[in-house]
Amino acid sequence: MSKAVIGALVERFPDAVYDAYEGVGGDDCVFVKRDRIAEVCRHLREVERFDLAPYITAVDYLGADPRFEVVYNMLSIPRNARIRLRVKVPEGEDGVVQSVSGVWRGADWFERYCFDMYGIRFSGHPDLRRLLMYDEFVGHPLRKDYPLKGRQPLVPEREVPDIFRGPGPEGRD
Amino acid sequence: MASQNVNELEPVGPAGLDTRATPGSFGAGEPARPLGRDGKPAAPGELDAPLPAKRMVVNLGPSHPAMHGVTRAVVELEGETIRSMKLDIGFLHRGFEKSCENVTWTQCFPYTDRLNYVSSIMNNVGFALAVEKLCRLEIPERARYLRVLTSELHRICDHLTLVGAMGLELGAMTVFLYAIEARDVIWDRLTELCGARLTSNYARIGGVARDMPDGWAEKTIATLDRVAALRDEVDGLLTRNRIFVDRTRGTGKVTREDAIELGFTGPCLRASGEPYDIRKAAPYLVYDRLEFDIPVGTNGDNFDRYLMRIEEMRQADQIIRQCFAQMQPGEIIVADWSYALPPKPQVYGTIEGAMAHFKLVMEGIKVPAGEAYSYTEAANGELGFYVVSDGGGRPYKLGLRAPGWPMLAALPHMTKDAMLADLVPTFDSINMIGGEVEQ
Amino acid sequence: MVSELDGVPVITTRREEALTGLAGMVSKGLGWARKYSLFQYPFVTACCGMEYMTVGSARYDLDRFGAALPRWSPRQADLLMVVGTVNCKQAPVLRRIWEQIAEPKWVVAFGVCASSGGFYDNYATVQGIDRIIPVDVYIPGCPPRPEQVLDGIMLLQKKIQNQPNRLTANWPRPEAAGRREG
Repeated sequence: MSKAVIGALVERFPDAVYDAYEGVGGDDCVFVKRDRIAEVCRHLREVERFDLAPYITAVDYLGADPRFEVVYNMLSIPRNARIRLRVKVPEGEDGVVQSVSGVWRGADWFERYCFDMYGIRFSGHPDLRRLLMYDEFVGHPLRKDYPLKGRQPLVPEREVPDIFRGPGPEGRD
Repeated sequence: MASQNVNELEPVGPAGLDTRATPGSFGAGEPARPLGRDGKPAAPGELDAPLPAKRMVVNLGPSHPAMHGVTRAVVELEGETIRSMKLDIGFLHRGFEKSCENVTWTQCFPYTDRLNYVSSIMNNVGFALAVEKLCRLEIPERARYLRVLTSELHRICDHLTLVGAMGLELGAMTVFLYAIEARDVIWDRLTELCGARLTSNYARIGGVARDMPDGWAEKTIATLDRVAALRDEVDGLLTRNRIFVDRTRGTGKVTREDAIELGFTGPCLRASGEPYDIRKAAPYLVYDRLEFDIPVGTNGDNFDRYLMRIEEMRQADQIIRQCFAQMQPGEIIVADWSYALPPKPQVYGTIEGAMAHFKLVMEGIKVPAGEAYSYTEAANGELGFYVVSDGGGRPYKLGLRAPGWPMLAALPHMTKDAMLADLVPTFDSINMIGGEVEQ
Repeated sequence: MVSELDGVPVITTRREEALTGLAGMVSKGLGWARKYSLFQYPFVTACCGMEYMTVGSARYDLDRFGAALPRWSPRQADLLMVVGTVNCKQAPVLRRIWEQIAEPKWVVAFGVCASSGGFYDNYATVQGIDRIIPVDVYIPGCPPRPEQVLDGIMLLQKKIQNQPNRLTANWPRPEAAGRREG
């Protein structure tokens, strides 16, 4: 049934949607252009009845161009079908995706998470700011070039001389 | 004294008191008169009018008694009514995704344990299913039954914790003690099986870590009877309790359309009237062979969400008993040494065993490159893992769809124009577990 | 090497002897009162909170140690139990709460994440709360068993009993041999 949905999408938006494929385990996926995703999602919600707010996450393919990819895992409750939409996003000034928070209110925080962790901006989002990290944090932690142990402490740390500090890349781990 | 005209009284009365200093006071012999504004008598209905107040911004700080992880809520109050609420989260963000990208696939299991820490095995099983989907692995029968069994035991623990905490925060402390006692006896059984009470680390890629000890099945059935008695006690104390019902019925109401648009899944969605359960809609493991019902609510308020949990505990109990009845002896993990550790005699005895063990421990399971999204029905809703592999022994990306995330994000919508006291049962009933929401 | 003889007072007045005995009794009494009436501020963040709930409940009763009653205001508490992971965003909150608790105060690091960061050695987690506030007792475990927590509380109680206190700190004590100022 999901293949029928993908087929209908490809027919309806031939210039916005490309490269439909069937992934591992029978997941039906398709790529969508980042400046048409809101339209496609509105169609999916209103016509194809994918009414549950999707799970939106992002992946950093460091070294590939475009670098990021925003992935939308959607579920239609009345049709019991699932599809996946993938949107390629370059880094830098162009890295802007249309926000789907106008289509589902529940998508709002997922997009904020992608912004916080990867730096991907969403145009049309009502309140795009950091969600999990604090405002003084510099950088986007889940990017592949951000160090794992790159702590930015808010409180100056005490000297505790009798505790062994293991090795760490930031000098003081 | 007879009624005298106030304006004719001496300003300095007996004991030097100024009789005009406190208008409306009766001590100077003034006749009683109804209070109104500016010293004039009150117009009819004015006494019932609400006092004009300034909006007050109150910070329910990150360290607060609700014990549901750490969430900061900045609430704008007009009197007792919440006009708007902003949530500030991230006080428990522990870098789950980034940590998992730096360890092998099997080493991710302890990290997944601590996501939804009241029902850890469901996280383990969810992650294992995602990786097995990518590896295209078929796991043995007994492993499936064991996974379902332990998942349902932890589902009971999660619901007990929620019901206990909800009772505690509405004032019913005895309910909390009963629920924790029931949870404790289940944890005793799980300690015998997994080694740890809370963070079980039980599932492995390809199966489960160890088999049931002897006599465990009988002990667990006895434990289930004890838990059923305690649960019925809790049910009897809360479900028809006037105070509990008054505080939870009608508060935190979410309509069915709103719940779907906001992304609710699990008991909160079913409480709003949408009968969607992944165990019935897209059965995984052995759920298609088990008979159980899905409770569905009507009102979508806190009381319905609480009733969902009580009923789901009953159904989980049934599922576990059926699992014990249907389970057959067999393997608990796949026999393929590129996914599962070889048995110890082979590791110490044969070269192939030693090599396989070495490669699995040092480099990790080689999961084929690709991506997969796998979803299970956790205690709180749809727990999804989006796994991307680059063909190596470590995850390239491990995304988590926390079931509590949409519910927490929807809290400002749910409490708009509700009273401040209604925030407490609403926050309780959505079962926000800090570990999974803040990853 | 310090031998027993070094501690023997050379000359004591009767006043010093009496005051030392009294100081000892007062210290013991104060220690007894403090250790059996711990008002905890449970700074609960993560999974250890589940074990904290269990420790306070009927089976592993914390009430018999006098430490059951959580005070949700730092001004009314004296034992700060940091339960669970503290991350960099939470650190200023923890510091401020610790500063608001009045002396005498004690800090218990409950769980491995509070003791040393646990296995979350990454950008988000403080590697042990002793980097922010001084800690009295560390209770490791992920999460620690309730019996372990009770053991930690008993260790803390022993520490409280033997702690010097401000009341008797300035009372004259007999000088010992070799330690008279010239």
